[in-house]
Amino acid sequence: MQLIACPWCGPREEVEFHYGGQAHVPYPDSPAELSDEEWALYVFFRDNTKGRFAERWNHTTGCRRWFNAIRDTTTYRFESVYRLDDPKPPVTELARSRRSTAP
Amino acid sequence: MSLGSSHATGTPPTPGADLPEHPDLLWRDTEPKRTYDVVIVGGGGHGLATAHYLAKNHGITDVAVLEKGWLAGGNMARNTTIIRSNYLWDESSGIYEHALKLWEGLEDDLGYPILFSQRGVLNLAHTLQDVRDSVRRVEANKLNGVDAEWLEPDEVRKVCPVVNTSTDIRYPVLGATYQPRAGIAKHDFVAWGFARRADEAGIDLVQDCEVTGFTTDGDRVTGVRTTRGAIGAGTVVLCAAGHTSVLTDMLGIRVPIQSHPLQALVSELLEPVHPTVVMSNAVHVYVSQAHKGELVMGAGVDSYNGYGQRGAFHVIERQMAAAVELFPVFARAHLLRTWGGIVDVSPDASPIVGRTPYENVYLNCGWGTGGFKATPGIGSALAHTIAHDEPHPLVAPFSLDRFVTGALVDEHGAAAVAH
Ligand SMILES: [Zn+2]
Repeated sequence: MQLIACPWCGPREEVEFHYGGQAHVPYPDSPAELSDEEWALYVFFRDNTKGRFAERWNHTTGCRRWFNAIRDTTTYRFESVYRLDDPKPPVTELARSRRSTAP
Repeated sequence: MSLGSSHATGTPPTPGADLPEHPDLLWRDTEPKRTYDVVIVGGGGHGLATAHYLAKNHGITDVAVLEKGWLAGGNMARNTTIIRSNYLWDESSGIYEHALKLWEGLEDDLGYPILFSQRGVLNLAHTLQDVRDSVRRVEANKLNGVDAEWLEPDEVRKVCPVVNTSTDIRYPVLGATYQPRAGIAKHDFVAWGFARRADEAGIDLVQDCEVTGFTTDGDRVTGVRTTRGAIGAGTVVLCAAGHTSVLTDMLGIRVPIQSHPLQALVSELLEPVHPTVVMSNAVHVYVSQAHKGELVMGAGVDSYNGYGQRGAFHVIERQMAAAVELFPVFARAHLLRTWGGIVDVSPDASPIVGRTPYENVYLNCGWGTGGFKATPGIGSALAHTIAHDEPHPLVAPFSLDRFVTGALVDEHGAAAVAH
């Protein structure tokens, strides 16, 4: 079983975590002004990236906090984890941030 | 080749020279032509079935099926082969019952054995809510002309004696829905049967041919770029299951699907012990016994998005725990093999079929964990859609724009589907 490095608790077994799908999907600024199509895009449509994907995870049976991760959807390997208030790491910095996630 | 001639000359015999001749190939391994009326992307069950029905029902044979690997090597080679049509909503039971009727005549149609065995499916109910939902679904099925019965626990035991119907287990069996016409088929034979027929009709099945891009002209796609060169296309049909998003991203079309690993497994070969198909949403496993004797089992998808055709072992462990709870007799069976496919799951757990923003591109995806059972049904409906340039009535409810209109076909939890 793979270990996932919770930013607060450190590496824990995958079964302790709950998947939350694509990260960085902001709530619409002006919800009342959205068209049906814009609502559909916000509610139903998410990227389905083959490769490095920024996504949300919750450490359900640990600290119960949400965090973000960059994970490769072809290898399932986590490349970095970061807090919700951290900006999305640029792809060029992935190698460096991967090292920095080691607790 | 004349056997034994090498002996006369004193040279060592060619290894394998004494074996029988290679059997006839079921299809030609063709070079792609420069252009086709119809290009189907994806040589799995749905792509091959669509090709067959284009030829058979509509006389359209200037068709290529492009497959990036080998024919039927994706989910078609990786599923648990369960065939049934006992879905709750009219739209779903419509397309799946259409498919089941075609399954019932498919061996004759293809002239090829597919080992279709109508051994029935039990969908177990373990809670009062399960019972209410199941009885409702049985009544809905009957109204839609789908065979369905509600069975009490003692009747479940008669249909499948190895199910644990004792009352002292964590999730006791309170009854089950039963669809006698449901069953299983030999998935590889199904694909080969469709491929053979399509090939006989003159359709080109092009393997090792990955689509790497599209050429467009305004609202039309004019062709595909592939690892085997550019191919012009009058109409393009996307039948790529878990890799659909890779294609639609190239076209700039957004499709609301998420690709997940879905794992399945088989036990070692056993004597016939399990006469039907058993599914349980609450305990979360589905089990049948293949003709050869393996127990074939599956459950829900791995939670995260994945394109790896494999999943996490703890998911297998949970499936096995569920299987042994329902079938204590399996406790000593050994797990032989596990594998994973990539399934494209839509927000309402129903397929997405029909038009796209490009006027000559048709979409067929979102079948999630249940695409195999639909194979002949979607093949014929999609062929009709292409031939008439108008969605077949059975696929019309599954349009991409239902996510804007809100007319969802919400089978999540409503059908007998283990998600
Ligand atoms: Zn934590």
